[in-house]
Formats: sequence, structure tokens, C-alpha cells
Amino acid sequence: MATVTLTIDNIKVEVEQGSTILEAAKKIGINIPTLCYMKDINAIGACRICVVEVQGARALQAACVTPVAEGMVVKTNSAAVRASRKMTLELIQSNHPQECNTCLRNNNCELQSLSEAMGLKEIRFVRPAQSHSKDDIDNSSPSIVRDPRKCILCRRCVAVCEKVQGVKCISAVNRGFETIVAPPFNQGLMDVNCTMCGQCSLVCPTGAITEVDDTDKVWQALDDPNKHVVVQTAPAVRVAIAEEFGMEPGTVSTGKLVAALRRLGFDSVMDTDFTADLTIIEEGNEFIKRVTEGGVLPMITSCSPGWIKYIEMYYPDLLAHLSTCKSPQQMFGALVKTFYAEKKGIDPANIVSVSIMPCTAKKFEAQRDELKDSGYQDVDVVLTTRELARMLREIGIDWENLPEEDYDAPMGLSTGAAVIFGATGGVMEAAVRTVYEVITKEPMPDINLTPVRGMEGIKEATLKVGDLDVKVAVAHTLGNARKLLDKIRAGEADYHFIEIMCCPGGCIGGGGQPIPTNLEVRLKRIGGIYKADEAMPIRKSHENPAIKAIYEEFLGEPLGEKSHKLLHTYYVPRGVYRKPEGLPDKVPSGDHH
Amino acid sequence: MNFAELELLRATAKEAIKLRLGEEPSDNYKYHVLVCGGTGCISIGCQNTLEALRKAIDSHGLQDTVKVVVTGCMGTCEMGPVITVFPEGYYYCRVQPEDAEEIVTSHLKLGKYVERLCYHAADGSVQPRKSDMTFFKKQKRNALRNCGLINQTSIEEYIAMDGYKALAKVLQEMTPQQVVDEVKKSGLRGRGGAGFPTGVKWQFVLDQKADQKYIVCNGDEGDPGAFMDRSVLEDDPYSVIEAMTIGGFAVGANKGYAYIRLEYPRAIEHFTKALNRAREVGLLGNNILGTDFSFDIEIRVGAGAFVCGEETALLASIEGRRGEPRPRPPFPAVSGLFGKPTVINNVETWANICPIIINGGDWYASMGTEKSKGTKVFTLAGKITNTGLVEVPMGITLREMVEDIGGGVPGGKAFKAAQTGGPSGGCIPAAYLDTPIDYENLAALGSIVGSGGMIIVDEGTCMVDLAKFYLGFTQDESCGKCTPCRIGTKRMLEILERITKGLGKEGDLELLIELANSIKASALCGLGQTAPNPVLSTLRYFRDEYEAHIKDKTCPAGVCKMPRKGLKS
Repeated sequence: MATVTLTIDNIKVEVEQGSTILEAAKKIGINIPTLCYMKDINAIGACRICVVEVQGARALQAACVTPVAEGMVVKTNSAAVRASRKMTLELIQSNHPQECNTCLRNNNCELQSLSEAMGLKEIRFVRPAQSHSKDDIDNSSPSIVRDPRKCILCRRCVAVCEKVQGVKCISAVNRGFETIVAPPFNQGLMDVNCTMCGQCSLVCPTGAITEVDDTDKVWQALDDPNKHVVVQTAPAVRVAIAEEFGMEPGTVSTGKLVAALRRLGFDSVMDTDFTADLTIIEEGNEFIKRVTEGGVLPMITSCSPGWIKYIEMYYPDLLAHLSTCKSPQQMFGALVKTFYAEKKGIDPANIVSVSIMPCTAKKFEAQRDELKDSGYQDVDVVLTTRELARMLREIGIDWENLPEEDYDAPMGLSTGAAVIFGATGGVMEAAVRTVYEVITKEPMPDINLTPVRGMEGIKEATLKVGDLDVKVAVAHTLGNARKLLDKIRAGEADYHFIEIMCCPGGCIGGGGQPIPTNLEVRLKRIGGIYKADEAMPIRKSHENPAIKAIYEEFLGEPLGEKSHKLLHTYYVPRGVYRKPEGLPDKVPSGDHH
Repeated sequence: MNFAELELLRATAKEAIKLRLGEEPSDNYKYHVLVCGGTGCISIGCQNTLEALRKAIDSHGLQDTVKVVVTGCMGTCEMGPVITVFPEGYYYCRVQPEDAEEIVTSHLKLGKYVERLCYHAADGSVQPRKSDMTFFKKQKRNALRNCGLINQTSIEEYIAMDGYKALAKVLQEMTPQQVVDEVKKSGLRGRGGAGFPTGVKWQFVLDQKADQKYIVCNGDEGDPGAFMDRSVLEDDPYSVIEAMTIGGFAVGANKGYAYIRLEYPRAIEHFTKALNRAREVGLLGNNILGTDFSFDIEIRVGAGAFVCGEETALLASIEGRRGEPRPRPPFPAVSGLFGKPTVINNVETWANICPIIINGGDWYASMGTEKSKGTKVFTLAGKITNTGLVEVPMGITLREMVEDIGGGVPGGKAFKAAQTGGPSGGCIPAAYLDTPIDYENLAALGSIVGSGGMIIVDEGTCMVDLAKFYLGFTQDESCGKCTPCRIGTKRMLEILERITKGLGKEGDLELLIELANSIKASALCGLGQTAPNPVLSTLRYFRDEYEAHIKDKTCPAGVCKMPRKGLKS
């Protein structure tokens, strides 16, 4: 690779040709401040915070987009540079509500910390006009709130939605001072092709895009003595929640999470991992049935609600490929107000079912019309990891000194197979561990299915299961999902089983996870997931005694009548803007409840 | 059409317009009456004048000896409707329908021109013919060579005026490198505002290896008060089409896009007609003039954004994306339209290409100043007697522009400043009236040549108000992508609004200047980087006016409404 040598702040540096000034400076320990820049995703030179002086250039140059050149002389900290950055920040702040103290992103806001770092002391403009008002806040979605007042138009959300997810539901609308990042024609997120994945909220440097805060609903339930409040925790939350309390990403804190939830006052703390194991049993059997009885293949996983909304909108013709299994969250919800209520002798009407999820789309999922098989709304309130942390901070949880506690029965026991649901490839690996042994009736030689692990966009593997060569594929991000779906549409996909997760890295990188969530953090959380798996005494879903028990006591058999009613669902062909003609109202179109 | 057929057509077509060129015609026509059909004259009612003239000519039975031609803009927009009567070139101003009868009976029947309709100079002298008029005497028309002389969409008249001679020469005698060299030699610099050497730009694209290259014509002219590109597109569309074709040959592109703003419907109409006609006769499309060179052009219509005049925003707009600039490099010459090497030049730049090819780069370079070669079209407007379109050699002084060509400031008022370069430019005060106009000199004065807008202001103009107008324009036209332009221009405007309402306070000017310099240094594109210029340049020369607004709460020009004050009489 050809290199060029340039001088930055009097230091000579040799870097690869095609590098930017930002990258070259980083190499010699100079962190040029940025706002709109996001490595590999957004390099548009829009915010102008990263400006530097390049000798011979007429104006200051944005370091994030300016390529290095041989002999270039750069100053990153001259008076002109510092003054310009400060003025740019002052301008942004002059059109930004000065309500940091009451903002969800207080103390975790890039604009706030940058203003502090740059030593911004005052905003000198007299009664500066504000481009947007509270009337512009978009509350249409159950998952995500857009507050254009706080938007600094860095367009990181636009880039992630377009380039990572391939959805493009938001972009710049209007122009100049009135510019707003919004869906077309400034519609609400609920009214457009938003999948509710929340990746936009992860990359937003300010509080302009956030999760819908449902903590008050949970407080209300907890404060109500007549309510029996049950909580479930998703696999990916346990490897991320500690970050909110200053711990390293990937720290596994299952036991502390349970203890913390008890301190909040939940009547029962149980685990989504339990229904993850249940999903494997149901989905594994569904897969075997499809293979042996000639059902629609490839079968695709259905745990990820952003993914489900995406396929319902963009590939409604392929819905029959989806496993009919509900997501673990919704299986749990359906069982809490039936099996659990029965067992505990509680009127399900008095049960409030709360879930802690790494995901904003789960809020949307919980509200879906068809997910009320218990006779009630199966899941009442969904909190993201970030919202839970907020509640815990409110009661002064000292994370470091929390004890480790165990989940409550009867839906608290789980396996390593369930834990890995949180990482891309995990559902596939978990399913294979079970399907292999159900079919061959022999223990799997190596249960670690490493080819489907890791951050590669699309992963493939072929496994010998008995006489059958099972070909599987795993994709994460909707952009990668699209590639596989196009293959299926074109009849070029010879896979038997596909796992798709909406978010980069799987649920550990979900839209409701702690901020920042970047590649480095994702990798650490994935590391935590596999560490947790290895630490589990049981690592295969079908060996979970609590799962065996629930079939014996309540469900009967996998894919049986009760399972069918409580654990399986149908999908709605939505189309992107309206339901395409010629498709049924639901898939499968059968007699589902 | 092949080369021989082109020359044959030229010979016939030339016969038909000989009379206009001062040569003896071989047909029966004694007069050509040219009626200006430029947008300025249309808006002032030339259509009625035209009809009245035609009717009068018919009623006097002169239809076989008098030819009426609707042409493009003749240049004196303020005096419309204007007509020129050849062979002598008598120039009639503000011709109303009721004047038609007299023109026919006196001029066309008896050969006696109508003096009262001729141009009357400020000193009372009459300048009856174009050649007598000070407005035209100091002009040298290259880009506007055909405007006002030929039928706007007639390919025959265009060919008669040496049209397609340059393309024929290029295809028969020159290599792509020779074409680029000729343009380089001419010293032609981009007429859209930035003034980058055109030949150098072409060389970049010629040197790129790519499976596809593009030629783009920037017709998104948007500076308030600039309308030269409109005139060229409406009045001489073939000159741009031919030049783009030559550009395609020179750099190895077979596809061109003409980006024309929506607000120029007649330009779009005429350009479309011209494209179709050029295709019909084989001067555009596959195997042009029977050679193996193919080139075609599509029109893209802008959607009303000033920023799309910025080249990267324009390319984004052609691609169907939001018209927003992107950082350069990569420059369009390397990665332009659809990521391919692209030559993008402004309409006026294109309009200069054919004469350069025909007469040689040296010929063009012999006009103008050392670093600013050739001629430049200016739009004279504001407080000036002769508003309109003029094309002059670079290096002409501001005084010549104002006093000789422009006929001075009307109403006995004093010249105060010339605003050049539109919202990206600045003001040049009376003290610099003898400055030769070129890129370097205007830049040194804190203004720019820009696209050639020249607005004259007199003593009745408030310079703070003027700066506010321009800033209001750019603020409104900011695309919103980068912070300094999106928010910075808004804050500058707010300060100016306060000052012009008598609400200015101490420190306002310092903040204004700090902010202006910051935007200039840090904005993403040319629009933002130049937006503060009108403010900075008025502050440079007329700071006392700003201070009067702030400290004394008075507007020296009496334009701004100030709060009523106590007893000051």
C-alpha cells in the first residue's frame, strides 16, 4: 500500500494513501473532535467541528473528509481552528434547547461534553430564533421519539437507517434553517416504513432521537399494591446493563441484574432466557417438521421484531418462510398470564407483565393486536436497558456492591443456548444444538458452532445432521437481510434455515442498549455472551429441566394444541406504504385462534 | 448530415441573413425588422408590438420586401420593447403598437428613420443606429454574439452565423488534446463565478481513464440580478449545444446534461427545441456529421434551489438526490456525475468555446487583462440609466461601465457603489471607479466578478439594508447541511435586522464580523463561504452607516425605519 508523509502540528506522520487527516492525526495521538462523523458510516463534513488548517487552502478543511496528501502541512489547534470550532458550537447551541438537566441524554450527550471540552462559556446571540418547537416532536411511535429541537443535523441517524439498515425512513426535509430530519413529508415514524429498530437512537449524539420512556408506567405498577408485577430479562441485557454503571462492556452481570430488579420491587423476577429455550424446542420441532413433511424452506427465525416489521413491509410475499414461533418475549408474556397465573393462583387481570429488552422494536411488538393470546395484553410494558438503568439510578443502586441473586421459578431457569440468543448467530447455534440431538439421538460432538459467530454480515455453514446436509445462513442488520431475501426471491437460496437479527451484532447491539454502542463495544458484549454460555451448567435447550416440566405440567407437547395457541403466531403483510394487492390478511392464513 | 452538406446549408442560410450583416442580399428583402423576444421585452409587451408591426407591414403590402424576425435579447432591457431595423441597424426603443404605423410609413416605405423612437442620451444627443450607441460601442460580444441578431431556435440562422463551424473543425482537423490545448491557450476561466481555468479542468477529465465520462452545463443561474445565462439559453441555445458536443469530443464523453432552473421556462422550451432540431439534422446523437463520434444531451430541470448552482449539489440533483453540496475532493473532474469524471461548466463559459475554436486561443487571450482573458457578460441593473446585458473585454473600468455603457446614474443622483457578484460578492465604492474590472482586482477590493451581476446603487440606498437583502437571500437559500451556513447566516441576519430596526447595540459589529469570518472559513461550500461577503464588504467601506444605525439610531440614507426619538429635529 502506497503511503504519504505529512506534517500535523509539527509532527511528521506517514499514513496510507487515501487516509483522512482525522485518521492521520489519530495515529499520532491527536483526537480531532467530531460530531457528525461516524467511522465507515457517515463522513459528510457537515457539522464543521473537525475543521483544521491546511497550509495553502483558502478555507479551513473538515478533517473527517479531507484526504491526506504528500507534504501536506496541517494545524489542528491553531487560534483560527479553535475559534472556528467554538463558534460552530456556539451556533449549534444557539439553536438547541438549553434544557440539559431534564434531557434523557443528560451526562451522556456528545454536544454537551464537546461544549464542555471546547470551553464554551456563553451564547452571545440575542433571543436567537429556534428552528423547531415542541409542536414538532414526533410521539407517533410506541418505540422512538423524535425531538427536532434537539437535532443538530449530523445525519448519523439518516446514515445508519440508509446504509446499515437499508430502510431510509428518515432524511433531511425542508432546507436551510428549517431543515429537519424526518420521514418523507414530515410524517410520524409510526406512519412510515420505520422498523422501530432504534439504531438511530443509538447513534444520535444528543437527545433528538430517543426511546419512548415508559419508566413511569412501571413505577405506577410497582407502586400499586393490587398489582402483581412480573419482569423478564432478555439475554442481551445482562451483558450490557453494567455499562450504565461504569463497568466494562461485556461484563456479565446476570445475578446483579436479578438483585437490582428485586430492589425495584418486582414481585417476580424471571428470565426471557427460559422462553428462549422454549423457542428452540418449538422452532426446532417446526424446522424438523418442515424438512420432513415438505414445508416452506428456508425457514427463517422470528425473534427480532424490527426484522419482522421489515419483512412484513418489504418482503410480504416471503412471510411463509418465517417460523410461526413468537419471540421469546411474547412466549413469556403469554405464559405469565396463563401458566404462571394458574400456578400461583393469581388473577391474570392483576398481573402486570414487564420486560427488559435491548430493543426499541420490542415496545412495538408488545402492542401488536394479535399478541393477546392469554386473553390480556401478553406483555404490558417494555423497558429498554437504558430505561431500566434510569430507574436503578433513581433508587441509588450501587452496582458494584450488589449481591448476585437467582431468578424466580417457574420461568427462571435457562441454558447457555438461551444466553447466546443475544449475539448474531446465537439462535442458529442454539437451534442446531437441539435439532442435531433430536434427529440423531446422539450428543453433538462439538456444540460450539463457531462459523456462525462474529461480526461478519452474512455467515454460512453446512452441517451433517444424520443423513442430511443442513445448510444454514445467518445475517444481522436489515441491509444484510435484504441480500438473503433477494436470493430467496430469485430462487437462488438453497438454505434450510436462516437466522436474521435486525441490529448489528444481534440483540447485544440493539437500539435500546447503553450508549455508546459501537463496533468495539459490540465485540466486547459478544465476548460476554459466549463467556456466559460457557459458564452455564446446561448449554442445550432440550436439557433444561424447567422446559421439560412446563411441557409435562402445562403445554403438553411441542407444536401441540396449547403450544399452537400460546407460542405461535401469524404475520401481517403490510407493504411499505400500503398492503400489496393479492396477499392474504395474515400468514399463515389458517385458523390461528 | 455530413461536412459537405453542412457547408451547403451554411451557404444557403447565409444568403438569407446577409442583409443583417451589411452585405448585399440576393433575395428581394429590403429590410429585416428584428423584434426583441427576450424575456425582458416579452414582459414589457413586445408581443403586441410585433403583431402591430406585422399588421402594418401587411396592410402596406410590404410583406415581400420586409422580413420580420423575432430574436433574442438585444441587451437594453430597460428600453423594451426594442427593435432593430437592418441593413443600417436603426435601434428603436420602447416601441408601442401604435408606433408601428409610423415605422412602416416613414422608415420602411420612405427610408426615413423615426427619430423620436431612437436612443436619446443623457446629454440630449440622438444615437439612432446601434453603431452610434455608446451602450454598444465599448462592448465586445463573444458569448452574446448571436443574441438579438438571429431567430432564437432556427438552426439555419445559427449555422449562417458560423454555427457548427467549430464542431466541424474539431471533428475534421483536431485531436482531443489539441482542443483542450486551444481552450487552455485562450485563458478562458469559468464564468459561473469561481473563475477556474476551463482548459485545465478539461485536461483533468481528458486525463482520467473511465468507461464513462460526462459533460454538464450549469444553467442554474440564480444570483439576484444576473440573467446572462438565461439569455444565452433562450436566445442562442445552439451555441451551448455545439460547445458541449465539442467538450464531449475533447474529454471523451458521449453524454451531456444541461441543468436548467425551473424558473426559466422559455430557456427550457428553446433548449428542448434546439436539441430536437440538432438531432433531426444529425448534429447531435449518433455519428455526428457522419463521423464515429456520438454525443447526446438531456435536460434536467432544477426544482428551485439556488444551492444547486454549486457544482456538487447540481450533480446530486441530476442524480435524483437532494441538492446538497458535498466536500471536495474528489472534484467532479475525478468523480463527478454518477461517480464518473465530469466536466461541468457554466452556460456562459460554454458560449465562449466555439469562437475560441474558430479563431484560436490566442485570439481570445488577446482580449482582457493579464490573468483575466477575454470578455465577460455583465448584467447592469439598479440605479443606472441603461439596464441590461452587456459583454465587455476584461479590464474595462468600472467608470466606463457605469458612465459610458450604463449612461450614468439617473435622476441627478450620485453614484454610491457597484454591487458585483451578487449574494457572494461585495460593494465597490465610488473611490474605485477607475479600477479595471477583472477577477484579481475585484477580489482585492473585497468583491468578486462572480457570475457578472452588477447592481448600481446611488446615494438613496442604505448599505446596511442592502447587505441585509443579500444575506436574507443566502440565508433563505442555504441548503441546511453545514452548521456555519445553516445557523450562522440566520444569526447574522438577526443582528442586521436588529440594527436596521434601531435595536443595535454595542458589540454587534464585532460579533457580526467574528461570525462572518468564521462562516467564511468553515462553511462546507461556496454558498456558505461567500455568504458573509456583502456584509463584510459594506462594513469595509461604509462602516459609518452601520455605526449611525447603532449609535445614533439613524439611517443616513433614510431607508430604515428607526424608532421615533425625542426632540431631535
